[in-house]
Amino acid sequence: MSYFTPDNLAIADEIISRYPVAKSALIPLLHLAQEQEGWVTDAAMRQIAELTDTTPAEVKGTGSFYEMFKFHPVGKYMVNVCTNLSCQLLGGEELLAHAEKTLGVKAGGTTADGMFTIEDVECIAACTEAPCLQVNYRYRLRVTDEDFDDLIDDIRNSRADDIPEHGTLGRVRQHIPVDAMAGIVPPEQANVRPVWLARNDEPAPAGAAEGEEV
Amino acid sequence: MSHSVPHAPGYVDNGGPKIVTSRFEHGDSFTLDRYEATDGYQGLRRALDRTPAEVHDEVREATVLGRGGAGFPAGVKWGFMPPGKFPYYLVVNGDESEPGTYKDRLLMERDPHQLIEGCLITCYALGLAQCFLYVRGEMALAQERIAQALNDAYAEGYVGKNILGTDFSVDITLTWGAGAYIVGEETALIESLEGNRGMPRLKPPYFPAAIGLYGQPTIVNNVETLSNLPWLMMNGAEAYKQFGSEASPGTRMVAVSGHVKRPGVYEIEQGVTTFRDLFYGDDFCQGIREDNGLKMFVPGGGSAPWFFPEQLDVPLEGRVVSGEGSMLGSGAIIVMDETTDAVKAALRLVRFYARESCGKCTPCREGTTWEERVLQRILDGEGRPSDIDMLLDIADNISPGPYPVAADPNQGLAAVPFPPKQTTICPLGPSSVAPITSTIRRFRHEYEAKITKRDSIPVSAALMSSAPGNSEAG
Repeated sequence: MSYFTPDNLAIADEIISRYPVAKSALIPLLHLAQEQEGWVTDAAMRQIAELTDTTPAEVKGTGSFYEMFKFHPVGKYMVNVCTNLSCQLLGGEELLAHAEKTLGVKAGGTTADGMFTIEDVECIAACTEAPCLQVNYRYRLRVTDEDFDDLIDDIRNSRADDIPEHGTLGRVRQHIPVDAMAGIVPPEQANVRPVWLARNDEPAPAGAAEGEEV
Repeated sequence: MSHSVPHAPGYVDNGGPKIVTSRFEHGDSFTLDRYEATDGYQGLRRALDRTPAEVHDEVREATVLGRGGAGFPAGVKWGFMPPGKFPYYLVVNGDESEPGTYKDRLLMERDPHQLIEGCLITCYALGLAQCFLYVRGEMALAQERIAQALNDAYAEGYVGKNILGTDFSVDITLTWGAGAYIVGEETALIESLEGNRGMPRLKPPYFPAAIGLYGQPTIVNNVETLSNLPWLMMNGAEAYKQFGSEASPGTRMVAVSGHVKRPGVYEIEQGVTTFRDLFYGDDFCQGIREDNGLKMFVPGGGSAPWFFPEQLDVPLEGRVVSGEGSMLGSGAIIVMDETTDAVKAALRLVRFYARESCGKCTPCREGTTWEERVLQRILDGEGRPSDIDMLLDIADNISPGPYPVAADPNQGLAAVPFPPKQTTICPLGPSSVAPITSTIRRFRHEYEAKITKRDSIPVSAALMSSAPGNSEAG
């Protein structure tokens, strides 16, 4: 039985088609699994292994290296407060303490209703707008304690519509129409000199040269 | 006239020359319509009218320095590809995560087509078979904007098969990470792209041009580096070299954060602008908050040894900054005023490296954790008199010999030039040493004051509370 829904399975196949080697799709597929269920389940990893010609152990081996992947249920909303130096200088640690107090859980914990998980994260690249945080990887900048309380209130009352549920990253997917694709093949089948490099040999008209075997 | 740009939070237009941020003034700068209306894809057309070798020559001639951290000239890096060992690949490093750094995120969010065009120019010049655009996992908006831009560019024939009706064809695949700083190291990035744990590869070979993605010759370039190429193709190397200094032509983006009145991401002329201009200039940060005194600053990302007020007149020129004992790195400048606790600030960066160590090399895996714990207990008032020497000893195990550090005229100490030596495969471990040596040399008295406090604590209590698990900050 497929772990992925039919729609997501089609997306998975398309993702794999964009890499010369299926295993390269492993991280994007883990994201897709996390998007489907909010975290990465064993069933998801077994199917990803089948899809990428790897073993479930390899999938978990790779996945567990990356902190965005959760192998247990987490809150619907991941609240990631930055406490790295630029944010620390302007109150990042105090903001984290306020978040912990407001939500009643420590960093790493999830609220009893399953709504929020708080994380104390490293630099999220908004350093001039400190202190900053992300909720499900959407930014909030120069956050005061009041801003934080309002944000939580908005999320609880479904008023933060720029923030999807945990697992969804970019909401636009890449799609390459088959007839527009230059052609993605395994490296051993792509060992030819690209045709346009023939222009270096002589000022030949475009498209005149053939690819040569190496 | 300098001003903030509300639709691009963080970016400040300082009124200077713009090579990569010229479209930021437009709210719709990320759309294909806007891009085409503002010279978009004209650089690609110019490139396609020339031979690939001529395009490469132009990039070499312009001395486009890498903007990811090492500052290596892109044109020279491109020249390392072994002839004939096809296929060649391009991997774009958009895994920006060095503490204090952000400019690639803005370039990806605000001008994704400029980056795509830069990728295409590179693929054309070198005969690359495919491009992988690797965006940091946490940057959802950047992923969304690039996906949309790629879909539009494919639809209009800028990417894919027979680009603009020529014999040039290449696919660009958007790919993304999942939260690991170390993946910004280029061989770790390649490992990640192959579906593995993001651990750096053993060197040599030093450049993935020799052995890269799938064992094939691979170019890894930073987002900002590639974003320079459309302008360069349009205007030429001579025009490019009108900006900046001879050794560091063009502009670069810097993010100035911390205790300044107007923190921001600025596009500045390389090699010409000084740190004083940046921190105090009206068109830049406009001074230290509350007109406090400047205590210290990080000149080039969390991995850079720190600078002090004596280095304010150093220009943002890679070679000069190296000679002064640090690096420009990724253009991340973190300013700390006189109210800052040097030990606390050092700990925060060290904790970053301890958390982000991939675990492959023992000196880094063990050393960064030790550094963090020793610093934490000093801050907790439980430091031991031997702790300062212990910190320096751990540091010496990761990075043997004199560590790069700024001159300290008050103590009659000269600068030790960058880079440091290392016992590790990649520079992550050695980077953790920077905050330690920078602060111990300059503010040893702050460490000592904290350690002296500890004398009133019973030894047994100190041992209990410094046990693993008890000393972690929340």
